[in-house]
Amino acid sequence: MNRILATALTEFRIALRNRWVAIAIALMAVFALVLSAAGSAPTGDLGVDRLSVTVASLTSLAVYLVPLVALLMSFDAVAGEVERGTLPLLLTYPGTRAEILLGKLIAHLGVLTLAVVIGYGLAAVAAFWEDPEAAAGLPALLRLTWTSVLLGATFLGAGYALSSLSRRPSGAAGLAIGLWLGAVVLYDLGLLAAVVADDGGWFTTDLFPFALLANPADAFRLFNLAASEASAAAAGVAGAATSIPLWQSALSVLLWPLAALAAATLAFRKVTP
Amino acid sequence: MTSTLKISELTKTFCGVKALDAVSLTVEPGSRVALLGHNGAGKSTMMKIILGLIPFDAGSVGVCGALPGSGAARGAVAYLPENAAFHPALTGEEQIGHFLSLRGESPKGARALLERVGLHDAATRRIGTYSKGMRQRVGLAQALIGRPKLLVLDEPTSGLDPVSRRDFYALLDGLAAEGAAVLLSSHALTEVEARTDRILILSKGRMVATGTLADLRRSAALPVTMNVSARNGYASQIAEALPGAIRVGADLRIACAQEDKLRLLASIAGLGDKVADIDVVPPSLEDIYSHFSRRDGQ
Ligand SMILES: Nc1ncnc2c1ncn2[C@@H]1O[C@H](COP(=O)(O)OP(=O)(O)OP(=O)(O)O)[C@@H](O)[C@H]1O
Ligand SMILES: [Mg+2]
Repeated sequence: MNRILATALTEFRIALRNRWVAIAIALMAVFALVLSAAGSAPTGDLGVDRLSVTVASLTSLAVYLVPLVALLMSFDAVAGEVERGTLPLLLTYPGTRAEILLGKLIAHLGVLTLAVVIGYGLAAVAAFWEDPEAAAGLPALLRLTWTSVLLGATFLGAGYALSSLSRRPSGAAGLAIGLWLGAVVLYDLGLLAAVVADDGGWFTTDLFPFALLANPADAFRLFNLAASEASAAAAGVAGAATSIPLWQSALSVLLWPLAALAAATLAFRKVTP
Repeated sequence: MTSTLKISELTKTFCGVKALDAVSLTVEPGSRVALLGHNGAGKSTMMKIILGLIPFDAGSVGVCGALPGSGAARGAVAYLPENAAFHPALTGEEQIGHFLSLRGESPKGARALLERVGLHDAATRRIGTYSKGMRQRVGLAQALIGRPKLLVLDEPTSGLDPVSRRDFYALLDGLAAEGAAVLLSSHALTEVEARTDRILILSKGRMVATGTLADLRRSAALPVTMNVSARNGYASQIAEALPGAIRVGADLRIACAQEDKLRLLASIAGLGDKVADIDVVPPSLEDIYSHFSRRDGQ
């Protein structure tokens, strides 16, 4: 336990010095503020409070931004140690490789949580500023916050796995960007194309919901939109959100971080320094 | 008392090339063993295997009675890698503090450790600003953590200035006196000669010689050289009396086998006043080293 915390502390220091803390916070804050400014035009007619609307748009922002920040912070985790030549010595110290990854995860997840809380917090402040009734959206904001952290953990784990597999920072960066594009952008486009081509057939009714649940980003969006009363305010896969039980998307959101970490540990164990 | 390190018939092949070929050795508690060998002889490979960093193909390795890389072995072994590297954004104190925590000790001991290797002034500076020798000292400092039973040091004095080297060997003497076993590799033969108990010579992955310096000297049986200074004008007379002597300026040089040494000395002494001085030069470690390395066809 002490070893994990020691690794977490050191990694947090490194993240601070590498300006990752500042970058992550600035990124989340700027995007959250821009979103709440842009979304402030049409409101009262929807019949929901201002914060719920903000949460809905924050959800679609987080789906892109949280995985991106997580992958940017994690792709260097193992490959960077290999490149700097610090890994052999580290691996001769007591403690398992899983402990090393866990320490890194705690630090990186801490940075991400900080950025998410500050970003969403700013957006919430803006919402309260305009709408005194915004308190109704607080549960949704809370849910968005912890699911964002879990989504971040998933992509941090995935980043560690890619970092271990490629063993070179440049290769790991390429893989990370590829994963981001694939999981967050292309996956949805592909599903959309398939649904259109299928035209209400077997794919749309039977496979499509599972395809959504199988992708951590989609499951995250589903869970937040389905749970939120403001699902009408969001576009895209929101329609499907109603047909999938909440517990299923919640399960996917909870299981993905574990799966990603398990994959990362397996990949890291295969690295010979 | 069992050996701290016991290796037998260790073999390691890298894509068809034998980096280590049936190497056997033991290191006892409290002994300092130097591993010598040409570039690519397999020194670093052997050390990485001892630490469990890379797998091996055949043979057996026991580290403090445990398997290399096992929890028990890692708890008892300290390592200094060939090119000690650390995260440039951390200060020396933070880096050593981290290593201390990993060994279950308080990170507050970092200052004291850095002082032991002469880095107290730079302790709060980032390692990215350190010189090569300073980084090497950070590496040494971390190897001292937690009274290790075995220290595996890959070229520990590379990058150190002469004074730091002496300090380093003094540190090593202290550790060995406390019962730690030390296995170090080096290319600096003269320092190894004076400061270690036993020497192993690897050549192309094979152990070509092992023993104390005296053992190696005996088994190499290299000739002893004597420099004889003659008193004014007697040089030619001495040269006649000593067949095989070579004139070097006003002096004479003569080489002889180990077993003839005393006989030759006696006959030089018999020359009486004609001889001003005599120096006996035993074969240097360099000579012995190249004897064993060359015998293997290097
Ligand atoms: N990861 C690897 N893959 C392939 N070959 C390797 C690998 N590591 C070492 N070797 C080979 O094993 C042999 C021994 O290398 P090693 O690093 O042990 O030499 P060394 O004795 O430490 O040399 P030096 O004095 O230059 O440090 C060399 O021929 C080297 O090319
Ligand atoms: Mg080497």
